[in-house]
Amino acid sequence: MTSTTRAVRGQHQPVLGRYPLPLRITGYVLVAGLGLLYILPFFLQLVTGFKTDPDAASHPLSLVPVTPTTAAYQRLLGLSEAGDGVPFLRWLGNSAVVAFLVTAGRVLFDSMAGYALARLRFPGRGLLFACVLALMAVPGVALLIPKFLVLNTFGLFDTYTGMILPLMVDAAGVFIMKQFFESVPREVEEAARVDGAGVFRTFWSVVLPMARPALLTLTILSFQSSWNEFTHFLVATQSAQYETLTTGLARFVSGGLGGGTQYPLKLAAALLSTLPVAALFFCFQRYFVQGANAGAVKE
Amino acid sequence: MSPRTTRAADQSRGDGSSDSGRPRAAARSRSTGSPGAPDAPGGAGPTAAPRAIHAPRAGRRRGEGPWGWLFVSPMVLVLGLFLLLPILMALWVSLLHWDGQSNPFSGQAKFAGLDNYRALLTEDGLDRTLFATSLRNNAYYVLLTVPLQTGLALVLALIVNQRLLRARGALRTAFFFPSVTSSIAVSTVFLFLFQGSGAVNSLLSWIGVKGPNWFADPRGVLSLLLGALGIVDPDRPSGALADHSFLGLSWFQWLSGPSVAMCTIIVLAVWTTSGTFMLIFLAALQDIPRELEESAALEGVNRYQMLRHITLPALRPVLFLVLTLGLISTWQVFDQVYVMGQGAPGNTTLTPAFLSYSAAFDDADFGQGAAIAFIMLALILCLTALQRWAFRDRDARPGRNR
Repeated sequence: MTSTTRAVRGQHQPVLGRYPLPLRITGYVLVAGLGLLYILPFFLQLVTGFKTDPDAASHPLSLVPVTPTTAAYQRLLGLSEAGDGVPFLRWLGNSAVVAFLVTAGRVLFDSMAGYALARLRFPGRGLLFACVLALMAVPGVALLIPKFLVLNTFGLFDTYTGMILPLMVDAAGVFIMKQFFESVPREVEEAARVDGAGVFRTFWSVVLPMARPALLTLTILSFQSSWNEFTHFLVATQSAQYETLTTGLARFVSGGLGGGTQYPLKLAAALLSTLPVAALFFCFQRYFVQGANAGAVKE
Repeated sequence: MSPRTTRAADQSRGDGSSDSGRPRAAARSRSTGSPGAPDAPGGAGPTAAPRAIHAPRAGRRRGEGPWGWLFVSPMVLVLGLFLLLPILMALWVSLLHWDGQSNPFSGQAKFAGLDNYRALLTEDGLDRTLFATSLRNNAYYVLLTVPLQTGLALVLALIVNQRLLRARGALRTAFFFPSVTSSIAVSTVFLFLFQGSGAVNSLLSWIGVKGPNWFADPRGVLSLLLGALGIVDPDRPSGALADHSFLGLSWFQWLSGPSVAMCTIIVLAVWTTSGTFMLIFLAALQDIPRELEESAALEGVNRYQMLRHITLPALRPVLFLVLTLGLISTWQVFDQVYVMGQGAPGNTTLTPAFLSYSAAFDDADFGQGAAIAFIMLALILCLTALQRWAFRDRDARPGRNR
């Protein structure tokens, strides 16, 4: 390691020197192969969406469609004969409405609760926060039947309310917001109080505007998780009219409908349902990164 | 207003762009926020900036109580009604024979006491066999997925952390992307890739391997391996393996390993989750003090020694975090099973979570389903308690997290 004796080294230089050239080339080949393993499935998905059924079945690995066709997309988007049993636009609409309302609810209610837990003094606060922490540990999968029970009892089973309301607050989001508000210097609020602002005004027009980065993280994470939500919708609804992209697609591919192959159609539907989150991801990756770290809590 | 805003923005940007310290900060606050130790209402949070001394402001802060409860009321309502109450209701239903029709709280459903739990754990019968099968499947899933995803995530993080590697950002994006997509959508892609005559088998045929019919293959990989070595005949097991049984499954059935079909789900899980865990490792790697690495380099250590004696020890707390997060989430596998197998072939992709769902919604035996859910809940809460306890222990040591 001769290079370690180099005197001046910038912050971005490695501590140890470069690998010798042959090793470096092997390394790059291996790393590229690994990267390919992560990208290739999505690429195959994209390509297969433009194949015909027989083509997809006989050349699953070919990266060029023999006879490129947009038939799958036309069926999904309702441009050709109604996509027999694949009401994709309905799924899309449901997912969009639900994700929008859930995200709005979470951003508002999580930040209100997070602020109160971080800053407001009220009896029972410590106990309440302990409860939130405890509830965060409850695994979603053990809640399948319980959630159905409560929705059924309240008459909310198979309604939009039943799909949306239970997701409107999430303990992990409250936790993230509480963390953030604790890091905001107190002087700001004090000053607002001195100027005569009430609790709500202080929160709404002083503290919340400062929380923009945390709110953006929360918005993105909430949108992603409600867009990808599956189990809650599975137990909260049964009619086709309430199917979202996840429940609809799951029923479609798990054999209830097509049974046969129809892979171009299935993969195109999966691709379209991934697009909004993918677009968000490529624009705001660092918020996802933040979410993955802060939300070691989230699981 | 403007100077304050800038300051807050700076602070949060500092939070965001350097990923460092996040998991530890999260872990720390999780354990400090215990019932016994809420931070003092007037005190600053752990990350608050140092502030000037103020006059006591008790007078000004009177009347915050009602506001506090008003602010948390939506949370209390939603979490109470749709998280806490359901758990209590399900606890009651797990003591009933209820078919989902009548109102379970009116006394029409037959009270069964602990029958549902007994049928799962102690009585011979189909219920117990199915439950034991699902436990076996899930145990193999956990046993393979957790080490593989942790190991892979660590390798990915070490790669992406190489300062001289070109296209690190693009690689990080590629590795992380599967984690943010919908589990249903990626399961669909994997269904396509692993069909009998699908992309994976085409790839395998290039190197002269005839791939199995993945999703239709119920054979356990361990029994295949033992069979290939001629130790056990998978079709006619004999001796102690066949004679002894536990929870209604013979030893041979317990030891046959995950089925080929389950292995595809394991591959999918490792592929999708490694990206998230990679980020957690990456944050910890970037947290390692540079001076430590530099002084080690001056000592003339080689790469292996650096990894073995500097990097890995520094990652130990995060390693434990990742392992326990993995344990907690792998015991809950559901979405992938729903799409890729629904228990088939031969019940080898059945997991407790899916069994609980199908007992209730397919077989209208909600009591049984709820009982399974509670056994899972107990198991997962134990794992979570273990995790939180371990992190609390670490925080108790002074100066550990600085």
